[in-house]
Amino acid sequence: MIKDLLQSVEGITIYPIISLIVFVLFFALIIIWMFRVDKNYIKKMENLPLEKEGETNFNITGDFYEKKV
Amino acid sequence: MQLEKFSYDNKIVRDFAIATLVWGIVGMLVGVLIASQLFAPELNFNIPFLTFGRIRPLHTNAVIFAFVGNAIFTGIYYSLPRLSKASMFSPTLSRIHFWGWQLIIVAAAITLPLGLTSSKEYAELEWPIDLAITIVWVVFGINMIGTLIKRREKHIYVAIWFYIATWVTVAVLHIVNSIEIPVTLFKSYPVYAGVQDALVQWWYGHNAVAFFLTTPFLGLMYYYLPKAANRPIYSYKLSIVHFWSLIFLYIWAGPHHLLYSALPDWAQSLGTVFSIMLIAPSWGGMINGLLTLRGAWDRVRKDPILKFMVVAVTAYGMATFEGPMLSLKNVNAIAHFTDWIISHVHIGALGWNGFLTAGMLYWLVPKIYKTELFSKKMANVHFWIGTLGIVFYASAMYWSGVAQSLMWKQFNDMGMLQYPNFLETTLQIIPMYMIRAFGGTLYLLGMCLMVYNLVKTMKVGTLAEYEEAEAAPLLKEGKEKISHRWLEGKPIYFLVASLIVILIGGIVEFVPTFLIKSNIPTIASVKPYTPLELQGRDIYIREGCNNCHSQLIRPFRSETERYGEYSKAGEYVYDHPFLWGSKRTGPDLHREGGKYPNLWHYLHMENPRSMSPGSIMPSYPWLLTNTLDISATPAKINAMRSIGVPYPSGYENEANDHLTKQAGVITLDLQKNGVPAESDKEIIALIAYLQRLGTDIKAKPIVGNK
Repeated sequence: MIKDLLQSVEGITIYPIISLIVFVLFFALIIIWMFRVDKNYIKKMENLPLEKEGETNFNITGDFYEKKV
Repeated sequence: MQLEKFSYDNKIVRDFAIATLVWGIVGMLVGVLIASQLFAPELNFNIPFLTFGRIRPLHTNAVIFAFVGNAIFTGIYYSLPRLSKASMFSPTLSRIHFWGWQLIIVAAAITLPLGLTSSKEYAELEWPIDLAITIVWVVFGINMIGTLIKRREKHIYVAIWFYIATWVTVAVLHIVNSIEIPVTLFKSYPVYAGVQDALVQWWYGHNAVAFFLTTPFLGLMYYYLPKAANRPIYSYKLSIVHFWSLIFLYIWAGPHHLLYSALPDWAQSLGTVFSIMLIAPSWGGMINGLLTLRGAWDRVRKDPILKFMVVAVTAYGMATFEGPMLSLKNVNAIAHFTDWIISHVHIGALGWNGFLTAGMLYWLVPKIYKTELFSKKMANVHFWIGTLGIVFYASAMYWSGVAQSLMWKQFNDMGMLQYPNFLETTLQIIPMYMIRAFGGTLYLLGMCLMVYNLVKTMKVGTLAEYEEAEAAPLLKEGKEKISHRWLEGKPIYFLVASLIVILIGGIVEFVPTFLIKSNIPTIASVKPYTPLELQGRDIYIREGCNNCHSQLIRPFRSETERYGEYSKAGEYVYDHPFLWGSKRTGPDLHREGGKYPNLWHYLHMENPRSMSPGSIMPSYPWLLTNTLDISATPAKINAMRSIGVPYPSGYENEANDHLTKQAGVITLDLQKNGVPAESDKEIIALIAYLQRLGTDIKAKPIVGNK
């Protein structure tokens, strides 16, 4: 049913153009966001995987790798 | 503030790690076997279950979904709870996920050699297994999102975004590509046909590479590389740009697998443009990974874990530069259907996936076993023979791919094909196939060393099954303005946002091709397959002929000279599924019909070398003795009719009579020529199908657009 309705769609050449415009807009938004982002937030995020026992209160015993660091 | 106690489940991490190792060895062993069959066809042992066409899908599925899949889950089940400062949502769901996934792999390992396949690359598994995959994938998703909802860390680290995008996209891909009509318990037909089926399949196939082999591993890279190097990622801002542009762009690039095919031109161009744009985010990711090690390169020299990771990230960079180059039409014209593509995917699989997995496991296993790695030296040896293996593998395949392609395209002074016999071009590259198998064997040996090393490590240490931890609970805050930080604080919204981003690409690609009739001009002389041909086609699918033979003649003079008239979109309208193939280990078969007498096919199937000396095609003697199962013919006709093939109503009842009649004609012809053919054998159906191929437009002129 819906297939029949849409079969009259014309001008498929517009599709690739739409897709490019959508992407460029999307990309621009991310770049704008990137320049406006809070520095402290970035600092925190960067170190998220590396948090040490003290900060996260990990109660790990015998963790050789972490101790060596 | 009151700290809450909880624990990390290391047991499930260990289980997934062991599964990764076991399936890695199995998958690569099958890889070495099929690589050897290409220069020694007798290694098929004339056993149906070991022939190339059936176990090549086993190799790809085992490596992608068993080896890489379990590696992804190992990495996620370790990093996700730690980044969220919470236990996994449900230990029970973790177990269901683990055992469910392993059962699916076992089911694949049984059904694929049995020839139960949908024929669609990387989606070969039949519908009951497809359903099981869906259930297990949902279990995994609930477990992951559940963990994120009860997390104690406010922000969601970029690795987890990649995990979320992986989950949601694989779910969409799997469902869309698996819409099929069951015929029997292990046989189904896709609802799409021909060009549409090809488009859906390569939208799936391309994004299976993107969202199963790339995004989850980028997530792992963003967690384990900083961990192993003990320094934060080079640029977190870059990682955000990397993430959004990568998932946005990837989803559009699928049509680059179908350049010069019968797919509408605008869709091909779309695939190329987005593929070229993909270089930017891919290299952003690679640079981000490599620059994380700035000032620490001295450690790369000593630490095998970092070595593995550096080569992995470099291989990622190489493969993601090569990919866009291959999607340029002029490069694709040479590379497509050749070993070049095999080389390209193995740079990705062996280098990026294999080595990042190795680096991760060498780091992770000692950690959960509270010990040091058993032998650093052995890990170094693994690194070097693995690298050497990749070099042998890739250089041999680049060489053979380019050499064979140029031979296909070479014309002599008379304007005739220089190498009109396809086999001549095959024999030329046999030494390269040997070197490839040698490279693969080296890589497999390296894997064996890793298994030994890690098993020893596990023996020396003791698994900390539940690692105690504590963290402050997450406090509810007031209303926040809508921003990226807000978005990533809400995993469900984040999931929906990723879903929208990937759906845009899919919809723009599909809607016109599916809904506009002018995109696929109908050809009046193209008729549905007869019942016997349909049965023959299913044998073609069962034996996996499409793994080595394409059914798509590109509009090049070198191809129309060799194979005949180039393929038209309208010729495939009754092909559920499409069988274009992606590799020409043997010649294209789209105009095979009428090229040789029935007798030739009969003898060739029994032993290809009797007709083409030196051929590397496996023998199929069982086709001459197996009786054709015609019990499902009516069900097949019904299923085909329900998805749009115009068999008249009631035809299912007379289908088997027609089948017997047509089989009788072919059998009589064979007997007249002196072979003891019997009309109820599978070979008759296969010959009927092969003789039909491409003949619809040979007989009559094309009527064109109606």
